[in-house]
Amino acid sequence: MSNLPADLKYTSSHEWVRTNSDGTLTVGITDHAQELLGDLVFVELPEEGAVLSAGEQCTVVESVKAASDVYVPVDGEIIAINADLEGEPELVNSDPFDAGWLFRMQPSDASQLEKLFDADAYLASLDD
Amino acid sequence: MPNRTALYDHHLAAGAKIVDFAGWEMPIHYGSQVQEHHQVRTAAGMFDVSHMVVVDLHGTQTKAFLQKLLANDVAKLQKTGKALYSAMLAEDGGVIDDLIAYYLNDDFYRLVVNAGTRDKDLAWLEKQMTDFDIVMTVRDDLSMIAVQGPTAMQAVQSVLSDEDRTKVADLGVFYGVQVSELFVARTGYTGEAGYEIMLPNERIGDFWNQLLAVDVAPIGLGARDTLRLEAGMNLYGSDMDESTSPLVSGMGWTIAWEPEDRDFIGRKAIQTEKSRGVSQKLVGLVLLDKGVLRGHQKVYCEAGEGEITSGTFSPTLSKSIALARVPASIGEQCEVEIRGKRLTAKVVKPVFVRNGQSQLD
Repeated sequence: MSNLPADLKYTSSHEWVRTNSDGTLTVGITDHAQELLGDLVFVELPEEGAVLSAGEQCTVVESVKAASDVYVPVDGEIIAINADLEGEPELVNSDPFDAGWLFRMQPSDASQLEKLFDADAYLASLDD
Repeated sequence: MPNRTALYDHHLAAGAKIVDFAGWEMPIHYGSQVQEHHQVRTAAGMFDVSHMVVVDLHGTQTKAFLQKLLANDVAKLQKTGKALYSAMLAEDGGVIDDLIAYYLNDDFYRLVVNAGTRDKDLAWLEKQMTDFDIVMTVRDDLSMIAVQGPTAMQAVQSVLSDEDRTKVADLGVFYGVQVSELFVARTGYTGEAGYEIMLPNERIGDFWNQLLAVDVAPIGLGARDTLRLEAGMNLYGSDMDESTSPLVSGMGWTIAWEPEDRDFIGRKAIQTEKSRGVSQKLVGLVLLDKGVLRGHQKVYCEAGEGEITSGTFSPTLSKSIALARVPASIGEQCEVEIRGKRLTAKVVKPVFVRNGQSQLD
């Protein structure tokens, strides 16, 4: 089974969301998602400063096999992107929940986080 | 019910992720497609290609039949074991399949055709064969593996008996030879040295294990595709099919126009196309901007529009590469539309990597 940190929130489209101590969010894709994609070779990240709504497509991760969209989990502004992925997209494969993070955002309404899955609910969603 | 090759359990034992391919449960990778790709470029890997179809044709009229059936001319095959790459065309010049034909003796040729086209190929062969006295045998009793990479030939030879090794070591490029139970050919689909080997289904597992023991790693269909694309080799169904002629599919070199009176199927159609002027061609593209080229993306150049037929990220070059069908008068650069953006690509000869080396300037 894929590794699944219990302190994160998850979406049905396989993003994970970490709430940082300053209230900002760090977002990446789950171990399960990177495993499905296989070796990543290119990550197209959003623009810093972009203001996006929950569910909007904002990043594309491409493996040797296929391109896959990544969506914004909640409304908010992109405040940082993981520039390391430009040279080392494979970080998403090797360390999806840490060094392979995609972007950080400032949520406009933190209560939207409550609608996301916890680890158990995400796990259950994979069985459907 | 999907088909399984005789090596299915060996794939599972090696940690394969299995996918459906043309009705066969085949390994797409055994962990990392990119790692497997590098393994073949730098050492040796083996692919289960038992889903491909081996067809033996026996009879005194076999040569005459293949001279009618194939766009390339088996009369070029003078020496025992010599192989030929050819298109099999429909009357309208569309490509029914690409295949390899081996000349084994005057009354015996062997064809290897694609798995995805099995039923229509066999039906076509039977239909065209009615006026010829030929016995066709589909060799489902044989499995096939491709062993490819700079150390592949040495690895294969190391597991053969002394007698067989001598015969195999003497094989020229694009020749095949029967040694004991094995049919060994110096062919492949990666741009590396190596062999494609056929042997009885009940023997393939042991042979696979012998190769594993000399560090030949299992390689999935994923890496098979990136390797063949780097080598600039066509994939049937992507780079050509029944709606495209060989002339717009980078297969002009496989058509034997001489002798002029050889009336192969599809000849009239492609001769007419050629005399009118061929408007498109298959080229290689190297993406200069960041991104990944994929099949069906649109190509724009001054001369008009084209389309990518196969695209991927090249693990050897660390760049995205593609085969594309484009206007024949395309210049040195073009644009490719990826997710609404137009990115710049360089137009190159469709060979990107050979024997581990980049073929780009």
